[in-house]
Amino acid sequence: MSENGKRTIVIDPVTRIEGHSKITLHLNEQGRVEDARFHVTQFRGFEKFCEGRPFSEMPALMARTCGICPVSHLIASSKACDALLAVRIPPTAEKLRRIFGLAQVLQSHALSFFYLSSPDFLLGLDSDPATRNLIGLAQVKPEIARSGIRLRQFGQQIIERLGGKRIHPAWMVPGGVSAPLSVADRDAILAGIPEVLAIAESTLEWFKGSMEKFREEIASFGNFPTLFLGMVKDDGGLTFYDGKIRVIDAAGNTVENGLDPAAYNDYIGEKVEPWSYLKSTYYKPRGYPDGIYRVGPLARLNLADRCGTPLADQELAEFHELQRTAVLSSFHYHHARLIEILYCVERMQQLLDDPDILNKHVRAFARPNCLEGVGVAEAPRGTLIHHYKIDEQGLIRWVNLIIATGHNGLAMNRSILQVAKHFVRGDRLKEGMLNRVEAVIRAYDPCLSCSTHADGHMMLQVQVVAADGEVVEELRR
Amino acid sequence: MAKAANIKTLKIDGRDVSARQNETILEVARENGIFIPTLCTLKGLSNVGACRLCLVEVKGTARLQPACVTRVEEAMEVTTNSERLQGYRRAILELLFTERNHVCAVCVSNGHCELQSLAQKLEITHVHFAYRYPEAEVDASHERFIVDHNRCILCTRCVRVCEEIEGAHTWDVMGRGIDAKVITDLNEPWGSSQTCTGCGKCVHVCPTGALSEKGKSVAEMLKRRQFLPYLTQMREEDRS
Ligand code: FES
Repeated sequence: MSENGKRTIVIDPVTRIEGHSKITLHLNEQGRVEDARFHVTQFRGFEKFCEGRPFSEMPALMARTCGICPVSHLIASSKACDALLAVRIPPTAEKLRRIFGLAQVLQSHALSFFYLSSPDFLLGLDSDPATRNLIGLAQVKPEIARSGIRLRQFGQQIIERLGGKRIHPAWMVPGGVSAPLSVADRDAILAGIPEVLAIAESTLEWFKGSMEKFREEIASFGNFPTLFLGMVKDDGGLTFYDGKIRVIDAAGNTVENGLDPAAYNDYIGEKVEPWSYLKSTYYKPRGYPDGIYRVGPLARLNLADRCGTPLADQELAEFHELQRTAVLSSFHYHHARLIEILYCVERMQQLLDDPDILNKHVRAFARPNCLEGVGVAEAPRGTLIHHYKIDEQGLIRWVNLIIATGHNGLAMNRSILQVAKHFVRGDRLKEGMLNRVEAVIRAYDPCLSCSTHADGHMMLQVQVVAADGEVVEELRR
Repeated sequence: MAKAANIKTLKIDGRDVSARQNETILEVARENGIFIPTLCTLKGLSNVGACRLCLVEVKGTARLQPACVTRVEEAMEVTTNSERLQGYRRAILELLFTERNHVCAVCVSNGHCELQSLAQKLEITHVHFAYRYPEAEVDASHERFIVDHNRCILCTRCVRVCEEIEGAHTWDVMGRGIDAKVITDLNEPWGSSQTCTGCGKCVHVCPTGALSEKGKSVAEMLKRRQFLPYLTQMREEDRS
């Protein structure tokens, strides 16, 4: 305790999220949280790394920015390369890429929900941290743990079937994909769908039923007005592969519709805060920091008018009922994730039932026809933007990436402050308080390793710092 | 049928083998199914002994001999796989990896690279030397091909195939030691080379991803070399 009683709490490393980061909570004289900062501390400049490389290597190179969602980078990067070639890829290639992407969302959401966050829901946010993980969960609620493992495995197996073992980087290429889908692979994927569909449905039922228990968390986990941004189809439907950018406000009113994703620079501003490598973005017309917006599952479901699959559409209607405005609490990211899992399974079935999915024409060939290309996709965590410039020889000269966690940077910061103010008392610190601070970050499922393009595992620390700068508490697991 | 006097008998790894008198140790070893690692040699091209991976021990000589250029001799006793040789070979490969930027995972030749597969075969899991991370250039000025100096191991197969088979002599080596690099014409961009016929032989004999076809994505660059022995044979018949 310092003399004037002001202290700072630092959570470092935040466990069960991807990447390396640190949270500092600054206390005032009364031991109340005054300010909170989310630092991302690792950095490896991937943008620089790509300069001078042939553009055709980019999808595979980009897939290496992240070990958790390589497929999302493959998609955004391949789309940026398609733009360089200025070709329309064969329709079947597009469908295959969609399935690939859906499988990725499925497995990534399953990881986030079941492996990283469900221990909080099932064992309690105040439960013993030693067993508050998937293994502890498997002992208490084996069926939930099994469901999570099965869903994730299903997604990963599809990725392997399409892309080859261990995500063969050459499958998704500029101009399409390198190999068509075989009948055997299609049938094998289809055969697994009824089981995972049932899991997705029952998990949603259970989660909705248990939401009552988390009233306090729902009220304080990043529950504040922001804009929401993401891609929707031309008809306003949920999409992961392509569409136009829509922006809505907290009241649920459309602010912008039909924005060209390639022109992101017109409406998305980027800012790097001195304490973090994370590039935070804002909606330009509203300026910084008023242009705060959220992306990802919560945003997508707030933005979408429909899903386009029967079960997910029912769930979406219910989701929209949660609040008359847009659904504002970041706690509902979890709920949104489960609905998206359901959608992914249903949508994959639709795509695989289409006989054209076996078409052998899956790649367009061309030389680069444009010196600049943008590729945008909805990754599990939100809108993912790849923007490349090449020279006459086809070598990369400039790269800009905006990653979901960057879009959510401002909102994550504000959410941490809100949670910390609500739950953390400097004079009687409990582990459960700090776990809530971490839990709100997990709600965003940030992938820090790729938002700073750093190489890292799930690490973060919380530090409590007094007004005079003395670190009085440190949490590191 | 060769005359009896032209047949040599020798021992490789304790095995008695016979060879025609002009054969190299490497050729005889291969005929007998004895593995000697190589990178620079390629059937159909002359041998320069550049990579030193094929070094073997010959009884009675203190120096190690490159099997690709050393002719067999009567009663020679050759060891191809002693612990000492294994150590040297690993060191050579490790040095090749540190010398330039060989990032297999994102290389066009991933999975089809002689350097990579040799490293796997020799069970290299770590590199014990410091990486140099040089800033090597990529020249994509040619219509159809790319030279990526990051992946070049200076085996000079491109230089030899261009001179000996295509007859263009577009490729050559410039600089010495660590500064050595392959060049086109008088160190001009490949795309503005006056001599290059665009035949692509150099691309296909290149053991790594240093030479590749444009537009190939990671792991997509497959090399076809079946043409080489036929071409060599044809050229020789022409000359005679
Ligand atoms: S193969 Fe003999 S020195 Fe390269």
